Amino acid sequence: MDIIKAEHLSFTYPGDEDTKPVQALKDVSFSIPEGSFTAVLGHNGSGKSTLAKLLCMIALPDSGRLWIAGREMTADDTTEEDILAARREVGMVFQNPDNQIVATIVEEDVAFGCENLGIPPKEIRRRVDEALAAVGMSEYARHPSYNLSGGQKQRVAIAGVIAMRRRCIIFDESTAMLDPMGRREVMDIIERLNREEGITVLIITHHMNEAARADRILVMNGGRIFADGTPAEVFGNPLRMWEAGLDVPQTTELCWKLRADGLDVPLDVFDADECARILAEKIGGRR
Amino acid sequence: MNAIELEHVNFTYNRNLPSAHRALDDISLEVKSGGITGLIGHTGSGKSTLVQLLNGLLKPESGTVRLDGIDIWAEPKKIREVRFKAGLVMQYPEYQLFAETVEEDIAFGPKNMGLSGEELDRRVREAAAFSGLGEDLLEKSPFDLSGGQKRRVALAGVIAMNPKILILDEPAAGLDPGGRRDILGGIKRFSRESGTTVLIVSHSMEDMAMYCDDVIVMAHSKILMHRPTAEVFSRAEELAAVGLDVPLITRVAAALQKNGVDIGLDVYTVDYAVGKLREYMSASRAPELP
Amino acid sequence: MKSDITFGQYVEGDSLIHRLDPRIKIIASFLYIVVIFLAKSASAFLLLTLSAVFFVLLTRIPPRMILRAMKPLLFIILFTAIINLFFMTGEHLLVQLGFIKIYREGIVNACLIVLRILLLIVATSVFLTYTTTPIALTDALEQLLAPLKKLHVPVHEFSMMMTIALRFIPTLIDETQKIINAQTARGADFTSGSLIQRGRALVPILIPLFISAFRRADELATAMECRCYTGGEGRTRMNTLHSEPKDWVFLCSIVLLGAAVVLLNRFLPLMTIQL
Repeated sequence: MDIIKAEHLSFTYPGDEDTKPVQALKDVSFSIPEGSFTAVLGHNGSGKSTLAKLLCMIALPDSGRLWIAGREMTADDTTEEDILAARREVGMVFQNPDNQIVATIVEEDVAFGCENLGIPPKEIRRRVDEALAAVGMSEYARHPSYNLSGGQKQRVAIAGVIAMRRRCIIFDESTAMLDPMGRREVMDIIERLNREEGITVLIITHHMNEAARADRILVMNGGRIFADGTPAEVFGNPLRMWEAGLDVPQTTELCWKLRADGLDVPLDVFDADECARILAEKIGGRR
Repeated sequence: MNAIELEHVNFTYNRNLPSAHRALDDISLEVKSGGITGLIGHTGSGKSTLVQLLNGLLKPESGTVRLDGIDIWAEPKKIREVRFKAGLVMQYPEYQLFAETVEEDIAFGPKNMGLSGEELDRRVREAAAFSGLGEDLLEKSPFDLSGGQKRRVALAGVIAMNPKILILDEPAAGLDPGGRRDILGGIKRFSRESGTTVLIVSHSMEDMAMYCDDVIVMAHSKILMHRPTAEVFSRAEELAAVGLDVPLITRVAAALQKNGVDIGLDVYTVDYAVGKLREYMSASRAPELP
Repeated sequence: MKSDITFGQYVEGDSLIHRLDPRIKIIASFLYIVVIFLAKSASAFLLLTLSAVFFVLLTRIPPRMILRAMKPLLFIILFTAIINLFFMTGEHLLVQLGFIKIYREGIVNACLIVLRILLLIVATSVFLTYTTTPIALTDALEQLLAPLKKLHVPVHEFSMMMTIALRFIPTLIDETQKIINAQTARGADFTSGSLIQRGRALVPILIPLFISAFRRADELATAMECRCYTGGEGRTRMNTLHSEPKDWVFLCSIVLLGAAVVLLNRFLPLMTIQL
C-alpha cells in the first residue's frame, strides 16, 4: 500500500507588487510505498521545500490530487478531521531544531504530541520512555533542551514523533543546520527507524551522501521530478546530476572519471573501503 | 608579514563561576598575509571563541592578539577600529539584515566608519559586485531576496568596510552544492583580487580542501595542527580521532594504500586522485610493454 | 545567564518543601499571606517569625540566599519604615527635634511593618520561587484554575503561552547576543551618543530580532499543528499532579498556624498593635 500518493501536483506562490508569481511545483506525481526509505534530493529552489509544505498540509496544491494514509487531502469534502487523521499517521521533523520543541524539559516535549492525542498519562509515560531510549536520549529526560547540541535536539524532536507511533516520518532538511557529528547521529537513527522498526521514511535533503543511504532517490529540479531511481541509477549519471546543480558522491565521480581510461569500475559504490578494494583489483596493486 | 599573530592566548567563559569553561588554552598562532586559511574543529573546540577574539568582540584573559603586528588591546578605546580592520561575517548572517534596501544594509558598516558621499557609494557598489549581487538588487528590500542572495548581502556589508582580514564563520552552512561553490568561489576570487587575508571557519573538510591554502585544526581548546592543506589531509587518522569528517576521497586513498595501490595520503580532491591513479596505471603498465 | 531566567530563582534541592505538590504550595502561600495579615499581636508575630525560620531551615537553602532575595526590596522596606517612624503619632513622645516627633508607637509600627514585609518575602520565596520551577508553577496554575474553563476563561491557552514563553526566552537571549555581536562587528556603537542616537542604534538589533521571533513563531505553529495540537480540548497530560498525605499535612499546619495566630491575638497578645 502507498502511504503517500501524489498525482499531478502543481503549486504557484502568488506574487505581490514587487515580486512575480513563482511556479514552484509543476505536475509532480509519485507514490511512497509503506516501509520504504526515499530521499528527495534537489538544490535550493528546486521545489523540494514546497513539496514538504504540501505533504504536511500547511499549503494546498493549486491542482492535482494528494492522498496521505489512504485519505484524500485535496477532495472538495476533505475536512479538518481528515487532515488530523492523516497527521496521526504521518509525522514531520523540521530543519530548525529550536523552532519545533515546545516544552523546556526534554521528556515533556516528547510527551506533547501524545498529550494532544488524548492518550492516558500512564501510556504516555511508557511511550515517552521508549521513544527516548530509541533515540539514545534517556539520560537527558529531565534536562532543559536549550543546553543540548543541535543533533541532540533533533533526536528529541524525532522521539516526539516516535512516541506518537506514526507509520511514516518526513524529515524536511532535518540535518541541514547540524555539524557533521550531529548529522551522523540523526542519519543513523533515521536509517534504524526504517530498517528495524519498519517506519516509512522520506528525507528531503541536498546532501547526496545522505540520499545515498536511501533505497530510492527522487531528484527535483525546476519544480519537476527530474530523476527517480535507486541511488546507483541516479548517481550513475553524474552529468545529469551536475545539470541539476547537485553533486554525486566522490567515489562515483572518481569511478566515472576513471571509466574514461577504459577501467570497468562500478558507479554505485559509496563506501571508501569497498571502492578502494574494487579499484585495487582492477588496477592491480603492487605489493 | 603576518596578518594575525596570537601569543599564549587564554580565554575562559563564566570566569570565577562554578560553570567556568576554558574555551582557549594557551593558543599561539601565526597566519600569513594574503592567503586563505581554514579553521576547522568539532563543535565546542574553541573556534568560534577564537574568531570573536580576533575581532575584538571578546578580550583575552591573558596573552596578546596582534593584527598586522599591532596589539589590538593596546588602546582599548580604539577597539572599534580593530573591528573595521578584521571584518567578521557570522554564521547565518542573513538573519542580521535590517535595512529597508540592500544598498542601505551594505552601507551600514562603512557609515559607522564615518564614510559618506561618493566614497560610500563606490564601496557599496564594489562590495555588491564582489559578492555577486547585481546592481538591480540594490534598491530592493533585503527581505524579498532568496536565502542565498540575503547571505551575499550580509557578506557585502562586511566587504564594504574594506577589511584587511576577512573572517567568515561557516559561510556556506545550509547551502546546496551550487550555492556553496558560488559563495566560496566568490570569497576566493575576492581574496586573490584584493589581497585580503581570509580566515574561513567550517565543519566541511571538502570545502577546506577546495578553497584553503593552509588549515588550522582545533580540538579541545587547543591547536592540533596548522599546516598546508595537503599535509593536513595526509594525517586523516588524527582528524578522525578528534571527531572530524575526512573527505570520502581521502579515505579512498588511505584504503587504496592498504590494498597495495599507493597514490599517497595527501589526496583531497577527486581530480587529484584521478591524476595520481593515471600516473600509477601508466607506471605499472610500462614494464609490461614489449 | 540563560538558566537564571528559565528557572527564575529556583534553587535545586530535594527537601520536603521542594517535593510538595506545587498546587498545595500555591494554596499554602496564599493562606500564609492571609495569616500574616491576621497577626495583630506581638506574640502572633513572634510565632510567625519562628515559623518562617522553621520553613527556611526545612528547605535547606542557605539563609543568605534568601536574604539576597530581599536586597532589591530594601529601598521599599526602608521607605515604609521611615514613613511610619516619622509620621505615626501616638501617646508616648520619645524624641522631638524641631518639627520631627518620634513616638513609641511609631517605632513599634515601623518594626512590625518591616517584619511583615520580610515575612511576605520569605513566604513567597520559600514556598514558590525558590523551591518550585516556573514550569511546575505554570502546570499547577493551569490545574488549579481548570474549573474556570467552564466560565470560558482561556486557562489552557494562558498556560500554553507561559510554557512557550519559558521555552523561548533562552533561545531569544542567545539570538539577541548573536545579533548584537554581528552589528558590533560592523562597527555599531550602542554605548555613546545622545539618548536619541542610542535609541536609533537599537534599530539594527530590534528589526532582525522581531523578524526572527515571527519566523520562529510561524515555524513553531506549523510544528505544533503537525504534532496534532488542536487546543486544550481532549488533551491529556503525562505528568498529572498528585497530592499525597504529606501535602495535606503541610496545608493543615498552615491552617493551624492561622488558628494559633487568631488565638494569640485574642488571649495572649503580650501587646496589641494597631496597624
